[in-house]
Amino acid sequence: MLLQVQDVTMRFGGLTAVDRVTFAAAAGQITALIGPNGAGKTTLFNCITGFYRPSGGAILLHPPGAETGAAPVALHRLAGHRIARAGVARTFQNIRLFPGMTALENLLVAQHNALMATTGWGIGAVLGLSRYPAAERAAVEKAKQWLQATQLLDRADDPAGALPYGAQRRLEIARAMCTSPDGPALLCLDEPAAGLNPRESEELAKLLLQIRAGGTSILLIEHDMGVVMRISDRVVVLDHGQRIADGPPAEVRADPRVIAAYLGEEEVE
Amino acid sequence: MGRTNPVAAVKDAALAALVAFGLFAMMVGLRTEIGPEGALVLRQRWGDVAILCGLVFLGRLLLTLWLGRRRVAASTKPGRWTARLQQAGRLFAPAMLAVALTLPVLSGGDRYILDLGILVLTYVMLGWGLNIVVGLAGLLDLGYVAFYGIGAYSYALLATEFGLSFWLCLPLAGILAAFWGVLLGFPVLRLRGDYLAIVTLAFGEIIRVVLLNWVSLTGGPNGIAGIPRPSFFGLPFSAAGGEGSFAGFFGLEPSPSHRVIFLYYLILGLALLTNWVTIRLRRQPLGRAWEALREDEIACRALGINVTVTKLSAFAIGAMFGGFAGAFFATRQAFVSPESFTFIESAIILAIVVLGGLGSQVGVAVAALVMIGGFEVFRDLGDYRMLVFGGAMVVIMVLRPRGLVGTRTPSIALGEKRAISGELVGEGHG
Repeated sequence: MLLQVQDVTMRFGGLTAVDRVTFAAAAGQITALIGPNGAGKTTLFNCITGFYRPSGGAILLHPPGAETGAAPVALHRLAGHRIARAGVARTFQNIRLFPGMTALENLLVAQHNALMATTGWGIGAVLGLSRYPAAERAAVEKAKQWLQATQLLDRADDPAGALPYGAQRRLEIARAMCTSPDGPALLCLDEPAAGLNPRESEELAKLLLQIRAGGTSILLIEHDMGVVMRISDRVVVLDHGQRIADGPPAEVRADPRVIAAYLGEEEVE
Repeated sequence: MGRTNPVAAVKDAALAALVAFGLFAMMVGLRTEIGPEGALVLRQRWGDVAILCGLVFLGRLLLTLWLGRRRVAASTKPGRWTARLQQAGRLFAPAMLAVALTLPVLSGGDRYILDLGILVLTYVMLGWGLNIVVGLAGLLDLGYVAFYGIGAYSYALLATEFGLSFWLCLPLAGILAAFWGVLLGFPVLRLRGDYLAIVTLAFGEIIRVVLLNWVSLTGGPNGIAGIPRPSFFGLPFSAAGGEGSFAGFFGLEPSPSHRVIFLYYLILGLALLTNWVTIRLRRQPLGRAWEALREDEIACRALGINVTVTKLSAFAIGAMFGGFAGAFFATRQAFVSPESFTFIESAIILAIVVLGGLGSQVGVAVAALVMIGGFEVFRDLGDYRMLVFGGAMVVIMVLRPRGLVGTRTPSIALGEKRAISGELVGEGHG
């Protein structure tokens, strides 16, 4: 058990976007969150990653390194920027890179907290008195490793905004992976395959499996069912803010309620 | 561009001349003067107007025939200009530094040139300080002069009330300004763009109005006079010379230019300190976080960057250099009053940063030189000075809409650092 979402509700005025949703993401697995447009997937995502504070319920993270019995981290109470420090990284549905900075710089910004700790509040590094140079070399190595993994090493010095769309998607994943020293515990991807061609989707699926093998669990919102069914270990289906199915891909695919949600009510009757 | 049609060129030049006539007819053609009986008479100078219009006609004609008819289009693409500027830029900055370092020798101790140099360098320093806030962190600050004022009054009060020396007051003035920077930063953290600009503008005015009205502390509109001049590490610059003075200690002929030269090197040193700190910070996590904040604040938060602390640090460090510059201003003038810290100062500093190119150190220095130095050079033009000035700004903004240096240099690279086109670089949202 890595992430526990318990009775999470999110209301915007009179609109209930997420209605008492409960599910869990297991460590070392890829959990997919699917549902028709407007089902509340991205809202739930924003609750987990601290962009919204849920109106009710709890979101608990059990960090993989912690000893048994240790209290889980209550993500729903943490400030936005502390969530990444707790080990939850995310990407965005509409890519949010730093377009005027190079691919390498994007990955170094992601390692801000680790690097900042070595600079002695920035003052030591200005005077050249700190452990910063060594830490920066290590950070560049780590960035290179992820640029390699996402096939972007030869574009390292290009501004992120000038990269092709697919490369920007990969860079955003690489950036999220750089946020924690050993990779984040949970990587939340919001429609990573959107706008990719079949070959790129194929490569993305491989990359995600590789990330899972590296010890990072994945929570995935995706519309590309081919990708979802192939790589997910577990699928959670939302419709109108409510969880309507939760289980292995094959089981969910056969669930009449899921089919109804995607194709319309008439199909069931 | 193909061959230019001569008829079209003449037509185009005639149009330009017509526009020129519209402008000059009023500005040059008609002039009111005091007549022999003391009444106002209207003097007409159509000859001058004809000469000016003729010049415009010929100039436009030659330009069109020479370059071909090209549309002036605002573009952010790196043109042939940019590439050439970048090539020149590598030599340009060291050359400028060399000129700055040797100016007292080059000018032969000319008081006017040194005073102008001090003025330009003060604005270079202020520009570099504001560049941290506006250029790197992308926070539009229209009240930067407040920190300049706080620095100046800090030094003035500490030196006159407590008799503290300049070298002790300088860091104190910087710290006080940084403190106020943080204090301003807190309430405006959530504001962006126009709203941030308005609040910072108001902050600048509040500080000025407080300085004006808190008569018991600041002397109100009378200001504070008799601020101690700086000493050369304890050796005063006195015109009489003698044992304990700068001239006496080094066995030199006492001269008033010693102090000016000292002040010149002092502000040069302070400006270079600002530059050095900025350049170093840019290559470090804090500087990169500032730039990332300018590019995309939401992404920063998702990466675990504490946006609050990062914004406040930009405000504080920018304000600190403003405070240093203020302390220098106070000791140079030996007199401060609220008049020196009006909104127009903030506007000039911001114009220097925008004209130079957000985030570019060299660009800001050149812009300060052009704006402050150029303004002085055209002093002989009298009232036309503002016209030349405004025209120059329009030309720069049309030719180089992202400022003189519109590109961004990456802070780190695996291979060769290549400039990033301005169109990709964010301008910040406040």
